Amino acid sequence: MTFTTIQSRAVLLPHDDIDTDQIIPARFLKVTSREGLGVHLFQDWRYESGGTEKADFPLNAPGAREAKVLIAGHNFGCGSSREHAPWALCDFGFRAVVAGSFADIFRSNALKNGLLPVALGKDEHAALCAARQADPALEVTVDLERQVVAWRGQEPIRFPVDPFARRCLLEGVDELGYLLSLQREIEAYEASR
Amino acid sequence: MAKTLPRTLFDKIWESHVVAQRDGEPAVLYIDLHLVHEVTSPQAFRGLRERGLEVRRPERTVATMDHSVPTRSGQARGRMPVVDAEAAAQLGELEKNCAEFGVELFALGSDQQGIVHVIGPELGFTQPGMTIVCGDSHTSTHGAFGALAFGIGTSEVEHVLATQCLLQRRPKTMLVEVAGQVAEGVTAKDIILALIAQIGVGGATGHVIEYAGEAIRTLSMEQRMTVCNMSIEAGARAGLIAPDEVTFEWLRGRPRAPQDWESAVARWRALPSDPGAAYDTTVVLDGGALEPMITYGTNPGMGIAITQPVPAPDQMSDPRERAALDKALRYMDLEPGRPLLGHPVDVVFLGSCTNSRLGDLRAAAAVVAGRQVAPGVRFLVVPGSQAIKRQAEAEGLDRIFREAGAEWRESGCSMCIAMNGDELRPGQYAVSTSNRNFEGRQGKGGRTFLASPLTAAAAAITGRITDPRQL
Repeated sequence: MTFTTIQSRAVLLPHDDIDTDQIIPARFLKVTSREGLGVHLFQDWRYESGGTEKADFPLNAPGAREAKVLIAGHNFGCGSSREHAPWALCDFGFRAVVAGSFADIFRSNALKNGLLPVALGKDEHAALCAARQADPALEVTVDLERQVVAWRGQEPIRFPVDPFARRCLLEGVDELGYLLSLQREIEAYEASR
Repeated sequence: MAKTLPRTLFDKIWESHVVAQRDGEPAVLYIDLHLVHEVTSPQAFRGLRERGLEVRRPERTVATMDHSVPTRSGQARGRMPVVDAEAAAQLGELEKNCAEFGVELFALGSDQQGIVHVIGPELGFTQPGMTIVCGDSHTSTHGAFGALAFGIGTSEVEHVLATQCLLQRRPKTMLVEVAGQVAEGVTAKDIILALIAQIGVGGATGHVIEYAGEAIRTLSMEQRMTVCNMSIEAGARAGLIAPDEVTFEWLRGRPRAPQDWESAVARWRALPSDPGAAYDTTVVLDGGALEPMITYGTNPGMGIAITQPVPAPDQMSDPRERAALDKALRYMDLEPGRPLLGHPVDVVFLGSCTNSRLGDLRAAAAVVAGRQVAPGVRFLVVPGSQAIKRQAEAEGLDRIFREAGAEWRESGCSMCIAMNGDELRPGQYAVSTSNRNFEGRQGKGGRTFLASPLTAAAAAITGRITDPRQL
C-alpha cells in the first residue's frame, strides 16, 4: 500500500502511554487473519459492558468514522508486540498516528501496514492537541513526500521518519520481497559461519 | 576482525550477525533462533503459503502452545476443550502449520510444553551470543544468557520464517548498573520494578539495556531472566546480562546445549563487554537501598516501595503526569496518599514468563508452608513449563500449595494475559507476579498489583497487601 499525502479530520486521544492492550485487548487475538479487527479497536474504552457505544468516547463522536488521523500522547503503543494493534487501527480507517513518541515495536509494526507514525516535539504536539481541542472539525495534513504535518494556522512541521521506511511507503516496496532479493548474501553469510 | 575500540556485549553480538549493510538502509540481521507460538504466527504462515515460500531454516525454528492453553489439571492433556472454538482453531492452525513447514512443536500434552520464554532456556535452545526473536515482547527474557533477544510483530515473524533475517536499525545502548547487594526479602522482581519506576515505561525506548553490577552478578540464572524479561516494560528493545560461570553451569547438559561444549564455552567467554566500552546512556541503581516493590497504577512504571504511600496527583508538578496518575487511581479505585499495605486482595497469581520458574515456586512455597490461604482469596499457582511442574511435584511443592488451599495448575501464560479463561472479574484486585498491570490485562475491569513471588505469597496468606519481611 503506497502512502503519499492524507488530509482529514483527526480523533484526539491525548493520554500518554496508551498500551496495545487498550488498542486491542488480548481476548480478540484468537484470530487467524488480519482483517476485521476495527470493530474491537479500543474495545474496553469504547463500549459499555452491554456493547453499546459510550457517547463520550472520542472514537464514537460524530465525524470520527471519517478520520484518517489519530492524535495520541507520548509513548503510544507500548507493551505487547501484537501487530493486531496496527491492523485494528488500519481497519477502523486510520492511516497516520500523530503522537509525542512511539514504542519501538509498535512503530515497526505500523510502518509494515501503511500506518504512518508521526512523532512531534513536545511544544508542537501540545499545539496540535490544543488546535484540535478548539476545533473538532480541524483538518490535519500529513505529507510523507515532504515529511511535514500541517493544520490551519500552522506552518508545516517537519517530522522524522526512517528513510528506508519512507521509501518503502512511498514506492510500495515490500520488505519481504527486498529480503528475499538478498538470498545470495544470506547464503554467503551462512556458509561463512 | 581487527577491532581496537573496546566493544560492548551488544556490539559483539550485533556485528557478528550483520549479513549485509547498505548505505542508508537498515542492517540485514541474521537470526539464530526463532521461537513461535499460536497467537502471533497464523497470519505469517498464511503469508508464506500465499507466496509459495518455505521456512528457510526449520532447524532454527521452535514452536510451543502457551498463550491460550487451558491450565486446569485434567484439561491440558486434551480431556477438556480449550476456552472457546476460536482458541481451539488457532491451536489447531499452529499444529497444522508446524507439520506442513517442518517446524518442531511442543504442543499441548507434550512433556516439554510450557511458556515459550521458559522452555527456550530450559531445553538449551537459548545460548549466549545468539540472536533470538519471537512474536512476543517478552522475548527480552533470553537476554539473561547474553543473547540479543527481542520481540517482533507478525510481519517480521513472516520475514524470519522466509529468510532467517530481519531488517533492523542499530539500537542505542544503556548500561544499568545495580550496585551493592540487595537485602533479604528483596528479589530480582523488585530490582526491575524499581528500575522501571525510576526511568519510566518509555525510559529505555530505542535502547538495548545491559544489566551489570554486583547485585546482578550474584543473581541466579532464573532471577536474571526475571530482570531481562521486564526490559520491555521500560521500553527497551532488549535486555542483556553478560554470560559467566553461572550461565555456563545452568546450560551444561541441557538437551539442546552445544555438543562441542568446551569450544562453545570458550567462544562465550569472549562475549562480555570489554573494559572501557562505551554506552549511550548509563543509569545507576543502589541495590542495597531497595525494598520490596509493588505497583499501584496501570503501567509497570507506577511502582513504589511496599512501605510507601500511593502518590497523590496534586503533588505532581507536570500536568501530563498528574492526569495519568489521576486516571490510573480512578481505574484502580485507590486513595492517593494512603499506604497500600493492608489493602484487601481477591486473587493472587503466581506464574507467567516473569516468575513461574522453580526458584519462584520454591520461594513462594517457603512462605506458604504450614499456613492457609486467607478465606475468600483465590490463589493460582501456574508453573512455567511441564518440566518445572514435574520437578516441583518431586520436591513436594504442589502439596504445600494445595494443602494451603491454592490451585495447582498446568503450564501456560494463564492469568498474565487472560486468554485461556483464567481471568479476573471486573473490579477484583490481584497481586500478580506477572509483568503488566495495564487496564483489563488480567481480565476486563480487573485491577493488578505487580509484585515478587514473596510478596504475592504473603498476600495470599493474609488476604491483604503485606510486606513479606513482616510475615
